[in-house]
Amino acid sequence: MGHEAQETDAAAAVDFKEVQSTPRFQELRKRHRSFVFPMAIAFLLWYFAYVLLADYAVEFMSTKVWGNINIGLIMGLLQFVTTFAITGWYVSYSNRKLDPIAAEIREEIEGHEFDKHGNRVGGAAQ
Amino acid sequence: MTTFMVPAVDVAALKDTTLLNMGIFALFVAVTMVIVFRASRNNKTAADYYAAGRSFTGSQNGTAIAGDYLSAASFLGITGAIAINGYDGFMYSIGFLVAWLVALLLVAELLRNTGKFTMADVLSFRLRQRPVRIAAAISTLAVCFFYLLAQMAGAGSLISLLLGISDWGGQALVIIVVGALMIMYVLIGGMKGTTWVQIIKAILLIAGAAVMTLWVLAIYGFNLSALLGGAVETAGNPNILNPGLQYGKSETSKLDFLSLGLALVLGTAALPHVLMRFYTVPTAKEARKSVVWSIWLIGLFYLFTLVLGYGAAALVGADTIKAAPGGVNSAAPLLAFHLGGPLLLGFISAVAFATILAVVAGLTITAAASFAHDIYANVLAKGKADPDTEVKVARKTVVVIGILAIIGGIFANGQNVAFLVALAFAVAASANLPTILYSLFWRRFTTQGAIWSMYGGLGSAIILIALSPVVSGAKTSMIPGANFAIFPLSNPGIVSIPLAFFLGWLGTVLDKRLEDTSKQAEMEVRSLTGVGAEKATNH
Repeated sequence: MGHEAQETDAAAAVDFKEVQSTPRFQELRKRHRSFVFPMAIAFLLWYFAYVLLADYAVEFMSTKVWGNINIGLIMGLLQFVTTFAITGWYVSYSNRKLDPIAAEIREEIEGHEFDKHGNRVGGAAQ
Repeated sequence: MTTFMVPAVDVAALKDTTLLNMGIFALFVAVTMVIVFRASRNNKTAADYYAAGRSFTGSQNGTAIAGDYLSAASFLGITGAIAINGYDGFMYSIGFLVAWLVALLLVAELLRNTGKFTMADVLSFRLRQRPVRIAAAISTLAVCFFYLLAQMAGAGSLISLLLGISDWGGQALVIIVVGALMIMYVLIGGMKGTTWVQIIKAILLIAGAAVMTLWVLAIYGFNLSALLGGAVETAGNPNILNPGLQYGKSETSKLDFLSLGLALVLGTAALPHVLMRFYTVPTAKEARKSVVWSIWLIGLFYLFTLVLGYGAAALVGADTIKAAPGGVNSAAPLLAFHLGGPLLLGFISAVAFATILAVVAGLTITAAASFAHDIYANVLAKGKADPDTEVKVARKTVVVIGILAIIGGIFANGQNVAFLVALAFAVAASANLPTILYSLFWRRFTTQGAIWSMYGGLGSAIILIALSPVVSGAKTSMIPGANFAIFPLSNPGIVSIPLAFFLGWLGTVLDKRLEDTSKQAEMEVRSLTGVGAEKATNH
């Protein structure tokens, strides 16, 4: 449909269903989902717990802890901390667990095409 | 509330510094124009115009994302909301930041791997092209329009403060000038030009906010508790530190707060102009890097807004802010004036103005790309349009959108910009997010599900906004004279977002047609591995 070469050549001749069913791809998919889904649920729960507390537990959130700093402010700042922490965690997880396996599959597909047609296709190794 | 403790911020004196403000602003426009012009010399293909030739690095793009995201809503709107509503305003900062995790974990990389230029590329990847592409393009245009309204309203507030223009006609003229400038940036620079403007502006904005934050903290001996105490004293109300000052009044307003929280956290990953930024980098890994980079910058900035908001509450005072031209949106500039006099005010206003200009440019190019690429090239010309014509159509669209934004901005003038942006978030989260997530993660998802979800989400969000107190029935409404506000909440998210998810599910399970499973396989493999996607750098 497009007017650019992106979706043609290398990828067009690949049987993606076959790739999808390989154990290695299944492993990549599992590793990806088993990290991002629980993590997404966790931070959304924590975020909504915070929103609901601020909304319906005003007295609790207004409890002063130190000087004028109350629980609400501390919990708000903790949202920043967890956001930064999850970001760092995800990056290190992807670098270790996802990128290597994704690169392997990519090279295999694009390398395979290279052999079959005898000319250079695919763009990962430019 | 009393104002006797408020240190003098003489709003009338601002008029005397108009020339200085305008001078600093003109300098910024001149410098960025030169950069845009230089950056645009190599704009040849559609990939150059929309995706900057995919030539940016992760950190450059991350800074540009931060630039796109830290709009006038963040700077003027949040500072004002905290200054006046205290803790409830802080909610915006937290929601706007946490939302990035949705983008990072679930959307950014997968999207980069599957698409080319626009959100519709991804959504229509394995579904039927025409209907899905049209729906995605329509929702892109709608979200961009709401977001543009907010930016234009911010421009109106800011200039009315700087020039002391409080009459409607004068502010309208200002909005027209801003709109015209923005059209020029986009026409000349394309994506590359606007990306550079975003980068420069993000650095200036974060640096400016950092200076003001340190300054405010220094006044209070770097003691946050003392600053909060100062805010309480000026406001004469200890509740400014507690939740509920704005949203705790009734059960309805509490529900509104929840609705806002939902829209904020789910909106970001569905904003078309943010999604489009993932295409300006060469690989998924760079897309990840850009999100990480922007999360750090954006998080840092939102920590500053906490200090700036309470600083404005303590040093300027809510009453002075509300009485100033520009109202609630003028808290940050007034704080700058209090701290550093006309020079800092000039700098901060120029940065805020540049922010608006840059964000508007980013939104406009997204909307134009969506129209030209999705509706014109793929639907009207059925994929047979040549890239040159497509870019020409995009340029014409820029002019049309610019004019629409100017007209809308004139009407939205005076509303809190953070609040208006939250409406754009609600529309985005309702119309786009369910379909993005379903098509990436749910194998069975079908075209009918996508269509129901997108039109259902978009339609319900817009209809509920139209029937809400935002548009009519209250004295702060856009049309204060009329009253057809039968929906009590000012943010529709709590109804429209779950509805859109539900419709996506229902449309799919009721759909008798099954989608092509090989396309699903291709999308899944591509999205996780990046096969084929990196070829795009070849241009």
